[in-house]
Amino acid sequence: MIRAWLMQHGFVFFITLKRLISTPVTSLLSIIVMGIALSLPAGIYVLMENLQSISGQTASSPQMSLFLKLDAQKEDIARIKQQLEENPQVVSFQFVPKDVALRQLQQSNGLDDITASLIRNPLPDAFIVHTLKDTAETLEQLRVAMQQWPAIEHVQFDSAWVERLHALLKLGRFVVLMLATLLSIAIIAIMFNTIRLQILTKQDEIEISKLIGATDSFIRRPFLYFGAVQGLAGGVTAWSIIAFTIETINAELIEIVQLYNFDLHLQHLSPEDSISLLLFSAWLGWLGARLSVASHLWQIEPR
Amino acid sequence: MIIFKNVSKRYPDGYVALNNIDLAVASGEMVFLTGHSGAGKSTLLKLIAAIERPTSGTITISGQNIAQLKLGAIPYLRRKIGFIFQDHKLLFDRNVFDNVLLPLQISSFDNKTVASRVRAALDKVGLLKKEKAMPIALSGGERQRLCIARAVVHRPNILIADEPTGNLDVEYARDIMAMFTSFNQVGVTVLIATHDASLLEDTQHRILSLKQGKLAV
Repeated sequence: MIRAWLMQHGFVFFITLKRLISTPVTSLLSIIVMGIALSLPAGIYVLMENLQSISGQTASSPQMSLFLKLDAQKEDIARIKQQLEENPQVVSFQFVPKDVALRQLQQSNGLDDITASLIRNPLPDAFIVHTLKDTAETLEQLRVAMQQWPAIEHVQFDSAWVERLHALLKLGRFVVLMLATLLSIAIIAIMFNTIRLQILTKQDEIEISKLIGATDSFIRRPFLYFGAVQGLAGGVTAWSIIAFTIETINAELIEIVQLYNFDLHLQHLSPEDSISLLLFSAWLGWLGARLSVASHLWQIEPR
Repeated sequence: MIIFKNVSKRYPDGYVALNNIDLAVASGEMVFLTGHSGAGKSTLLKLIAAIERPTSGTITISGQNIAQLKLGAIPYLRRKIGFIFQDHKLLFDRNVFDNVLLPLQISSFDNKTVASRVRAALDKVGLLKKEKAMPIALSGGERQRLCIARAVVHRPNILIADEPTGNLDVEYARDIMAMFTSFNQVGVTVLIATHDASLLEDTQHRILSLKQGKLAV
């Protein structure tokens, strides 16, 4: 019994593929349209994941740099150290003497010519301070307070751009969600119409099948399979579009990366996200077909 | 086997096709249904396969009340019945073999036995050599026989034929009647609606005649 059931499903699957191939241009066009529609939100999502991972490489807690006045003395440094230790908002800090800073600068690529030509060290002593995560306003207040400390030339909020990036990413996620919702509805509509046309051309077969004892699920099955298979094909297309785009961008990036000598390349969707994309696209196709079948089958119900 | 009790069928436009019908067909019986066109023959047959529902009364088949059958149960009722439609209802996008295959696909028979079953049914109606032909290429008589093959391929208990000899000449018609008799001889309950009086001249079987929606005895 189960074997017969499985064979019937296998048979329906085979019929579905045959139907897809029997109208190659129409099938291909629908698949491409679905692929492009899916690749938009999925592509933006990939871009955001990459931005996220780049920003994740930088400090996760907010970071500030305290630059001391060039004439700051050892006592000033000790006093600032003490103040930082006492401040509850400061998680950790690191003192960077001007000699060390200069050495770091000399090691930086492309700048050794410039540093070699320097007569004396132009760099100040500095503290790199990690603070508690907090709102931008509180951190700004802390920055202004530190600015007032004696012997401090300038306080710079290093991770401000990270905050801005996070805010942008949040907006990006919203855009992805909106796009995904709208384009999903579009895909469901495309599938709805495709299946409607199929039902119209199969009207005789459906009517006769019902008259000789076909259950509704038997009649529905090939259409649902068709929707799911075409949806899946759309998902594969979207995945390929993204893969191709990333490859192209990475090839372009290599040149820039070589100029600046740092590692930057875009990652494709993770295996989990890829499977989610394929399952979701198959489900969208299935859903469009299901809605179409539900709304059109009763119209040709024998009365 | 098939029992009608006070069965009436009125269509939405007010036309009364059947009026208070009482009848019983025993299991394994062969019965003819006659009457002018519009007398309600087709309606009566359609009620048995739940293609139409009675307005009032009860129809019992093997102890099951068809009039109150749930929608989901109708397909399983229809699988017990072989129906030969007046307008054939063949599928013109597939060959003879695949047309006969359809009922077996629907009731999910095992793939190994279906081909032999289809060929057995085609053999019974004499279409075995035309299994690859398309229905459009068949003559009227051949189409009728194809329709019969499709109706018997899943070995139903009940065989219903609506005007099976409709447009056929006498010789063809006798062939087809002989087929029905042979199905009946192996125990199938057969109901045939016909307005063709010549078919009924020398029959041994019961004849029910319908007149304006009523059974005339």
